[in-house]
Amino acid sequence: MRLLRLRVNGDVVPVAAPSHWTLLEVLRYRLGLTGSKQGCDKGDCGACTVLLDKKPVLSCLTLAALAEGHEVTTIEGLTPAHLRAGGRGADPIQDAFDRCGALQCGFCQPGMMLSARALLAKNPRPTRPEIQAALAGNLCRCTGYTQILEAVELAVAESGGAAVQPADGRRGARGAS
Amino acid sequence: MLRAPKFELATPTSLGEAIALLAEAGPSGMVIAGGTDLMPNLKHELFTPSLVVSLARIPELHGIRRATDGSLVIGAMSSLESIAENALVREQAPALAQAASLIAGPQLRSMGTLGGNVLLDTRCQWYNQTYFWREALGFCLKKDGSKYHVVEGGAKCVAAASNDSAPALMTLDAELGFESAAGRRSVRIEEFWLADGIFNKRHAQGEILVELTIPKTPAGHRGAYGKLRERGSIDFPLLGVAARLDVDDQGTVSRADLVVTALAARPHRVTKAGELLVGTRPGDPQGELAAEFRARLAELARLAHKQCHPLENIPGDAAWRKAMVPVYVRRTFEAAARRAGPVHHL
Repeated sequence: MRLLRLRVNGDVVPVAAPSHWTLLEVLRYRLGLTGSKQGCDKGDCGACTVLLDKKPVLSCLTLAALAEGHEVTTIEGLTPAHLRAGGRGADPIQDAFDRCGALQCGFCQPGMMLSARALLAKNPRPTRPEIQAALAGNLCRCTGYTQILEAVELAVAESGGAAVQPADGRRGARGAS
Repeated sequence: MLRAPKFELATPTSLGEAIALLAEAGPSGMVIAGGTDLMPNLKHELFTPSLVVSLARIPELHGIRRATDGSLVIGAMSSLESIAENALVREQAPALAQAASLIAGPQLRSMGTLGGNVLLDTRCQWYNQTYFWREALGFCLKKDGSKYHVVEGGAKCVAAASNDSAPALMTLDAELGFESAAGRRSVRIEEFWLADGIFNKRHAQGEILVELTIPKTPAGHRGAYGKLRERGSIDFPLLGVAARLDVDDQGTVSRADLVVTALAARPHRVTKAGELLVGTRPGDPQGELAAEFRARLAELARLAHKQCHPLENIPGDAAWRKAMVPVYVRRTFEAAARRAGPVHHL
């Protein structure tokens, strides 16, 4: 057992965990942050994606102790960070995923949104192929990729001020149908 | 849920400290770099170390620089993402940058390291499985058993070398610099491999890969990497092809090299590449490539097809993998000639 000092979603969190535990295990079973999903648990699916210093990593393959000294961002931290930065409502990527219906079962969604967040931090105006490449490590087994790509494009377009309407049949604005 | 078996973790901050820890631990100690190969293998109980030594906090293992003699020196802990994006690597070692860009997916490239990819464990569909799965089939030659699954009556482990960086580094004459309690050692990557799926490298217990040195490539150096896989991301190679073409001032090939991988326990050099392509002129990289160059390349592709014998050791139909050898050899050399690449079908 070791005492770790992790920085998670802006907070310093002291937490005790065995050396062989992964960051995913500590997030889910010590800190109660179950937004990061335990999918394949061996690096194939991307459901456990979190950001480590703004870069997407797989928390199922990251030893918790090796996350010390880095800033960990989970899906639970996106909207609070957006609000702290003076934004309103949900993080624009979460909002766009919501409005585009970019989910079916929802299991891949936290990982998808964090990969998208990392992309936009690095490249605020990505093209469709760049979005596809950035999300290539996240599997959606419902195969709902089209709406996911559209959601990222919507977030990109709105961040540039040019609002685009989601395709027909989906809600045009939060809460409206 | 797959949990790693219990172990202790050390996070040394100097190379000397890491070497001492490993020397003391002996065979029960292992090194973790990016963890993208080791962690799944630990979860599958393919390894059960009592001590895992992390290299993440050792500054001398990081960084990419050009040495005074023009060679490229890459710290073993450089991430695969940084190899794919680094301007020096892309200019001087395009095949390596391309290979790194096709390894796994974005998350695994930001975690995984070049040193870790070079030292990647061999892979096999009978081996990279959970303990429960492996036990149900009576284990295998490589781990915990003596059963041979790949070819009936076989006697030798044929788990496949699956590191995309290895063939690219072979075309670039890379040298691997190790440090251990016994001191420093340098080995040409060419001489590093063993044709044994159980353990395919001359890598001693307790040795830490510190850096990779790539000798200066000439101004007309061109290289490319081609990777066959079932999906456009995440997958290990079903076939990897590294091509090198050095073109002199007159537009003539002065050196050519072809190394293929994922077909056997070690990467394989097709030695006739030089004989067939040196002296030819690829022609205009922007326009149509010269007929003679294309004819020699077709001959090389046929030869590579004859020399490669993939087995049903990794996912993907072996006959398909063999049929794709000449296609990928041709496309990867064409990409090199055009200063393009990487080559993949997705």
